[in-house]
Formats: sequence, structure tokens, C-alpha cells
Amino acid sequence: MERAIITVVGKDTVGIIAGVCTYLAKHHINILDISQTIVQGYFNMMMIVDVSSTDIPFGELTEELSRVGSEEIGVQIKCQKEEIFDLMHRI
Amino acid sequence: MISIREVAETNAMIERENLDVRTITMGISLLDCVSPDLQELKERIRCKIYESAKDLVRTGEEISRDYGIPIVNKRISVTPIALVGGAACRTSEDFVELALMLDDVAGEVGVNFLGGFSALVSKGMTHSDELLIRAIPEALARTERVCASVNVGSTRTGINMDAVRLMGTIVKEAALQTADRDSIGATKLVVFCNAPDDNPFMAGAFHGVTEADRILNIGVSGPGVVKTALESVRGADFETLCECVKKTAFKVTRVGQLVAKEASERLGVPFGIVDLSLAPTPAIGDSVADILCEMGLESAGAPGTTAALALLNDQVKKGGIMASSYVGGLSGAFIPVSEDQGMIDAVRRGSLTIEKLEAMTCVCSVGLDMIAVPGDVKDTTIAGIIADEMAIGMINQKTTAVRIIPVIGKTVGEEASFGGLLGYAPIMPVSRFSCDEFVNRSGRIPAPVHSFKN
Repeated sequence: MERAIITVVGKDTVGIIAGVCTYLAKHHINILDISQTIVQGYFNMMMIVDVSSTDIPFGELTEELSRVGSEEIGVQIKCQKEEIFDLMHRI
Repeated sequence: MISIREVAETNAMIERENLDVRTITMGISLLDCVSPDLQELKERIRCKIYESAKDLVRTGEEISRDYGIPIVNKRISVTPIALVGGAACRTSEDFVELALMLDDVAGEVGVNFLGGFSALVSKGMTHSDELLIRAIPEALARTERVCASVNVGSTRTGINMDAVRLMGTIVKEAALQTADRDSIGATKLVVFCNAPDDNPFMAGAFHGVTEADRILNIGVSGPGVVKTALESVRGADFETLCECVKKTAFKVTRVGQLVAKEASERLGVPFGIVDLSLAPTPAIGDSVADILCEMGLESAGAPGTTAALALLNDQVKKGGIMASSYVGGLSGAFIPVSEDQGMIDAVRRGSLTIEKLEAMTCVCSVGLDMIAVPGDVKDTTIAGIIADEMAIGMINQKTTAVRIIPVIGKTVGEEASFGGLLGYAPIMPVSRFSCDEFVNRSGRIPAPVHSFKN
């Protein structure tokens, strides 16, 4: 399994999760876990996804997600490989 | 599984607190390029560097994108050129020619600095060492990316005072030859005592002769992250303060370790060390001086500064060595004046002097770094400042360095601007008392008694 963390930050609106999930489904990316909070009207979401069977290179995925976020939904989307978080927060 | 809080913490460090990997530096041995023919030597070096480093910048950018962590600089360090060029270079002009070629190839592979226009003369100078040293001012004036360093002392050998005296003149000459650009030449020249073989940071990086053919060394940074973390322990006792620095240094170093491992795999070059230094930049919030203030000082340079810096330096190391098995280079806190907004402010408000900075270098990882002084300071005075700093390194068995810039045509009250990461600096006053007769003595200062460990 090859895991990545997707974070979405932006003003809360209808269809944020739908927008991101539609894109992920289209590229065969399985969602393993979702958590979200809304702080002072700002939407904060984290997804743990499995990118091992996706049909596009990881670099393209991060760029595309960022574009979908800014152009289609109006939020900031980041997609990073999981190891950076694992190494920093787990011994 | 990773929690949303942990993810948010990491991304806040990157987005708001300037966490970054400061440099991926590829060390390349040029010993197998040696030739008695200058043209042949140049061609061999060019090929070796190009073949080794052609994918360095692209790979760095890919890793940066995959993990969402900025990797600010991609750089190259090479075997000290005095060793490589000795057989082919008959004059200082020949060494300048080598520097021009190094600058070209560095530009071709897209790195912003190449270090290793260096000589190791801690006990004595060979003819080629001296030719290289005398070539430094012109080499730095005519190139953009080449960095020079000279190791003039060590705990094991003592201090080569003939080299110290010569470097006083060379630093001044490097400043003179770039007088039209605020003497920027001197910003790319470091004089060392106990220079490490695997330092990834410029301008002092070179690829030591004890190193493998090629190696990747990583320099991490993150003064802003430490500063922000310390905001949560205001007024707490020293144990809590130390814990906080250690934990933060651990996290920062783990990112460096990750990038090192990835880069090593992707480039097929062995991983050398992670240098876990707190390296400031002129950006607001990326300052070591601000950390000292957060600990409780009104301004960097106030009484207590040396103790605060000693604590910081030691805790950074203690947190970092848990995060990576191969820690090396300089590792600690850097205190370059022109590259740290907090230090610049401290000089401006009069709380930080060269003498206080010298005391601080006894407990931090480098030395008198990026300090602008009046352009009319005598060569012998610069040599005296170098000698003092080398003595601190020699006696305390640590690396010390001097990167001092006599800014030609400017004096105290004015500022010098070097641009980019090199920043800008108020000109600092230097003692007006002479050390001519002392530094004009020839020979060496012997190694200290505690160097006899065999």
C-alpha cells in the first residue's frame, strides 16, 4: 500500500468532499480515512488515501488536486506522501 | 494512524514557520580527474561534475513536491581544488581558469553554489596551496557560484600563522576586487579552524579527501519552528525549555533524514550526513536571534546571550541525534549577522558587537559569520580577528570560521547589501588598536597540550 495525506483548507461550502472524492474515484484512489473539523467557518479536512493503484504519476496528482481545489471548489488542496508525517510524529 | 492535528502541525511548520530543507549538497571527489595538463584536467572535472549532478536539481524538486516540503538550495561540493589542480596549475591565473570552468558547469547543472575552491593548510602551505589562495580574490570576483574556503588551523596541528596573515590580505583583496558590489567577493570566502569534511552549508562546503567518490549531505533548518514552539513555554523552567527545543529539533531533523534517504535512493548516490543546523535567512520569522529573545532576552547581545545560545546549540544537537544516525557537518545554531533579521536589528540598536559575537562563537557551531566591517580596516587587523577565532576553535576542539566583509568605501553607520540569501548588514565597528607586530611574526602557533592523545 502506498499512502498519501490529502488536506483541504478553505471556506466551508456545499460539495467540498463530493468534489474531491469524485476526482479521487476517477483515478482509482481509495479513501482509507477521513476526518474534518470546521473552525470559525473554515473547513479543515484530512484524508488518508491509498494511491498504489492510481493511473497517474504522483506529481501530476498533487498538481491536479491543487488545481481542482483552487479552480473548481475554491479551497486549498495539498497532497503529500505519508512518510513526512509518520517520521515527524512517530518514533 | 496519523491524526488531523499532527498533519496540521507539520503543515503549519512548513507554511507559516519557514520549515525547510535548506540544502541538498552533493559531494563529488575530483581526485580521479588529476592530470598534469590544464585543458585535460578541466575537461575531466567538467565531465565528472556534469555526469554526477545533472539530475540533482530535478530530483530535489520532485522530492519537494511529493512531500510538500521546500528544498531551498541544491549545491555541489568538490575536493579542495588546491589538491586537484596542483599538478596542472603553474600560476594563480591557471587556478582562476579552473574557477571559471567550475562556475560554468555549476550553472549548467543548475545549482546555485559550488564549494571547494579550497586549500587545507593548517600546518603548512604547499606551492599549489599558495597559488590557489592567491587566486581566490580574482576567482570570486569573476564567478557567481564558486565558493572558497581555507583551513588554517586545527586542534591537532595548531594554527598556521603564515596562512592567517596571508588570509588577512586575501580577504581584503577579495573585497577590493568586488568593491562595486559592496565587496560581495568576501561573502563567498570562509577561513576555518577544524573544518569538517562533510559540511553541506556554503560558503564553507568542500568534499573532504576521506569521503567516498560521491555523497549526499543534507542541511536542515527551522529557526522559525523553534521560535514558535518556545512561545508555548514562556516563563517555564529550564527543563521544560530544553525539552521543547529537543522535541522540535527532532521533528525538523526527521524531515532532513527523510529527504536524505529519498534523494540518495533516487539519485543512486550514498547518503552521507544530516547537518542539523538552525540556519537563519533574512526572511521575517526565520531568525536565531528571535529564538534568543523568546527565551527571555530583550535583544541578542544582552547579558545572558552566550548562555542562551549554548543551551540552544546543545539541545538542538540532543534532539537531532535521536532523529538521524548520521549527524555531521557543523550541526548547531548559525549566527550570521547579515542573514538574520534579528541579528541585524540587534546591531542597529547597539546591543550586539563583534566582541560579543566572538564570545558567542565559543558555544555555537560556527564562528564570526557574515559580518560587515569598514572597508579601511587594515589587513593585519583582519588577520588578528581570524587568529582569535582560530584560537577559540583550536583550544575548544570545535569548528570555528571567519567570514568577514571589509566593505570598501563604506564605514560605520552605513549598510552593505549582498542580495538574496546573503542578506544585508550594518557596518560594525572594529577595535582601532593594532596587532601588527603580533601577526607579522612568522611560523605557527603550536598545537595545544590536549591534542596529544596518542
